[in-house]
Amino acid sequence: MSDSTVREEPELIQLLTPDGEYVPHPDYPFEPATAQVRDLYRDLVLVRRLDAEAVALQRQGELGLWASLLGQEAAQIGSARALEPQDMAFPSYREHGVAWCRGVRPRDLLAMFRGVTNGGWDPYEHNFHLYTIVIGSQTLHATGYAMGVQRDGALGEDGTAVITYFGDGATSQGDTNEAFNYAAVNNAPVVFFCQNNQWAISEPNDRQSKAPIYQRAAGFGFPGIRVDGNDVFACLAVTRKALQHAREGQGPTLIEAFTYRMGAHTTSDDPTRYRTSAEIEEWRRKDPIARLRAYLVREGKADDGFFDAVEAEAEKLGEQVRAECRALPDPAPLDIFREVYAEPHRELDRQRAEFADYLASFEGAEGAAR
Amino acid sequence: MSGTELTLGKAINAGLRRAMENDPKVLVMGEDVGRLGGVFRVTDGLYKDFGADRVIDTPLAESGIIGTAIGLALRGYRPVCEIQFDGFFFPAADQTFTQLAKLRARSEGRLSLPVVIRIPYGGGIGAVEHHSESPEAYFTHTAGLRVVTVATPEDAYWMIQQAIACPDPVVFLEPKRRYWDKAPVRTDGSVDTATPMGEARIVRPGTDVTLVAYGPMVKVALHAAEADTERSIEVIDLRSLSPVDYDTVYESVRRTGRLVVTHEAPVTSGLGAEIAARVTEACFYHLEAPVIRVGGFDTPYPPSRLEEYYLPDLDRVLDGVDRTFAY
Repeated sequence: MSDSTVREEPELIQLLTPDGEYVPHPDYPFEPATAQVRDLYRDLVLVRRLDAEAVALQRQGELGLWASLLGQEAAQIGSARALEPQDMAFPSYREHGVAWCRGVRPRDLLAMFRGVTNGGWDPYEHNFHLYTIVIGSQTLHATGYAMGVQRDGALGEDGTAVITYFGDGATSQGDTNEAFNYAAVNNAPVVFFCQNNQWAISEPNDRQSKAPIYQRAAGFGFPGIRVDGNDVFACLAVTRKALQHAREGQGPTLIEAFTYRMGAHTTSDDPTRYRTSAEIEEWRRKDPIARLRAYLVREGKADDGFFDAVEAEAEKLGEQVRAECRALPDPAPLDIFREVYAEPHRELDRQRAEFADYLASFEGAEGAAR
Repeated sequence: MSGTELTLGKAINAGLRRAMENDPKVLVMGEDVGRLGGVFRVTDGLYKDFGADRVIDTPLAESGIIGTAIGLALRGYRPVCEIQFDGFFFPAADQTFTQLAKLRARSEGRLSLPVVIRIPYGGGIGAVEHHSESPEAYFTHTAGLRVVTVATPEDAYWMIQQAIACPDPVVFLEPKRRYWDKAPVRTDGSVDTATPMGEARIVRPGTDVTLVAYGPMVKVALHAAEADTERSIEVIDLRSLSPVDYDTVYESVRRTGRLVVTHEAPVTSGLGAEIAARVTEACFYHLEAPVIRVGGFDTPYPPSRLEEYYLPDLDRVLDGVDRTFAY
C-alpha cells in the first residue's frame, strides 16, 4: 500500500552534498571557517562515540535502556551549535548531541538510562531542559517558556530564543499541534526542530503524515523549511536563521531535518522486523560524518594528523563514559521521597518516617535510613 | 469580626487581583478569562487592569493551557490557569499528571512549578453533560500535586492567594454552585496570617458524630447538622484534599466515635474511601460504628433533571448519620 504512490519530494536545503562538496545557498549564508568546521567534525565524532559506548553499556547490563542517535548527529550538532548560551532548548529523549553541545556531562546524560534518577542534570545550568519521554509534551513547555521570554522583554538582536526537539512521530500528537498553534497566535520566539528520522519505532512516515511535515507550518501561519538533516552546515545555517528570526520577535519556525535513524529505536527494539537492509545502505551513503570528512579532505582543511587526534580523543571519551557510568552510585532508598514537594507534606512526611523506621528495623541496618 | 460582603466568585476575583498586585510574575490564563472575564466572571476586570500580557486568552486547547503554563513557570512566572469546567480538564491530564506533578522530583528540586489550576467543579446548577463532575480523586491520587477546595468566600479569598504563593502545583477546586453564596470576607492581614490552606476546620462543633465534608457539600452538611434535633453533629470542612489534615479528623472521631464522610464524587475509590481506611486504622478502638460514606453513585453524572437524586442532599446525609447509629 505504502509504495503504490510516489510522493513528490519537496525542496531540501542542502549546503554540503553527500560527496562532501560545499554548495552555498543564497538564503542561508554560511562561512565554513576551518576552525569551526573542524570543531563540528570533532563534535560529530565524539557524540557518535558517546552514543556507541552507551549502546555497549546497555548490552553489558550497565544501562537499562538507551535511545541511539546514530545517523542523526548532524541534525543535532548543527542545530545546537546555532544556539546562543542564553537560548533554551527543550529536548525529547534522543538529543544526546544537543546535550553534548549544551555542556551536559556524559555521566549525567546516562544517569536516567541507568535508573539512578529520573532527571540527571540542572536544566538552568545548561539551558537544556530534562529529557521528555511522553511524545510531544515538551513542545508546549518550550512554547510557554518562549511566551515568558516575550513577557521578560528579552527579545531583540541579542535576545533569547527557544528551540524544541521532537521526531516525526510527535507531529501526530495533539500537544505538538497545540504548540504550533499557541506559538503562532502568540508569535512566540520558538523554533520547532523536527528530526524526521523516517521511523516512529516501526511506523514509517506515511503512517504519521499525509502532507510533508514542514508544510504543516503554513496551516498554522508560520514558515516551515525542510533541511538535509545529515548536512551539518545546512542544519546550522537554517537553525541559526530561524533562531534569529525568533529572537528578533518575528515568531516561530518549523524546521524538518530530513534524516535517518540508523540504529534501533532503542536498545529494546528490533528494526529487522520492519525495514530492509537496502534502505539502511542507501542512507549509509548519506552519512553525516563521512561527508564532512570528505569536505575537510577535499578542501585541504584537515590532514591525517587531525583525524587521528579526533579518533584518539573519541577513544578517551569512550573510556571516560564507561568509567563514569559504572561509578554512578545507586541512590539511597529514602531518595524515593526527595523533592516530591517543595514544602512539608504531612502525608508524605508520615510515609517517609514510617518507611525509615521499617528500614531501620532490620538487623545491622544502621545508616540505611538517612 | 465583619468584613466586606462578597460572593464566593467575587472573593476569588479579589484574591486573584491582590496576588497580581503583589507579584508581577502572577499571570492568569485560560479560555475566555480576558475580555469576557471568564464564563463565571471570576476573572472579571483583570484583563482591563493588568493587560493582555498578564491575563491571557488562550486558544481553546486545555493541554496547551497547562503545557504552556509549565513553560512559563520554568521561566519564572506563576501562572494561574482556569479550566473552564471540570469535564474539560481531561485533555490536560498528561500535562498535569505526567509533567507538572513530576518535574520537581525529576529534577531533584532544581525546577519549581508554582502553577495553580483553577477548576469550577461539582453539580447542582442544571448544566449540560460534562459540566458537573467532581474529579478530585484523580488529583489526590497524583503525587506532586496539592489539592484544595473552598466552601466560603473568606477561604476563597485567602486560599487562592496561598495557592498562588505555594511553590508546588496546586489544583484549586471551586464549587460552582456556591459561586453566588455571599458572606463577609476579612481582607486585612496576609497569606501568612490567614488559616493555612493545608488545615481542616471544625465549622460546627458537636459530640455524637463527625461529619466530614468539603467544597459544595459543606453547606449541605451544616444544614443537615442543624436539622438534626436528636444528635449533636460535628461538621469538619476538610479544605485541603491533598494532603488531608488527618489530625483534625482523628481528634474529632476519637471524641464522637462515629464518622460520616460526604462528597459529590462517586464513592468507589473516592476520597471518602481513603478517609474511612485511615480513620479505621488510626481510631479503631474509638469507633462505635463503621465509617459511612454518602456520595455520588458509580454512574456517569446524570442528566440535570436527575441530579437532585444523584447529589447527596440533607436527607441522604442524615440517612448516613442514621446508619452509623444503627450499630
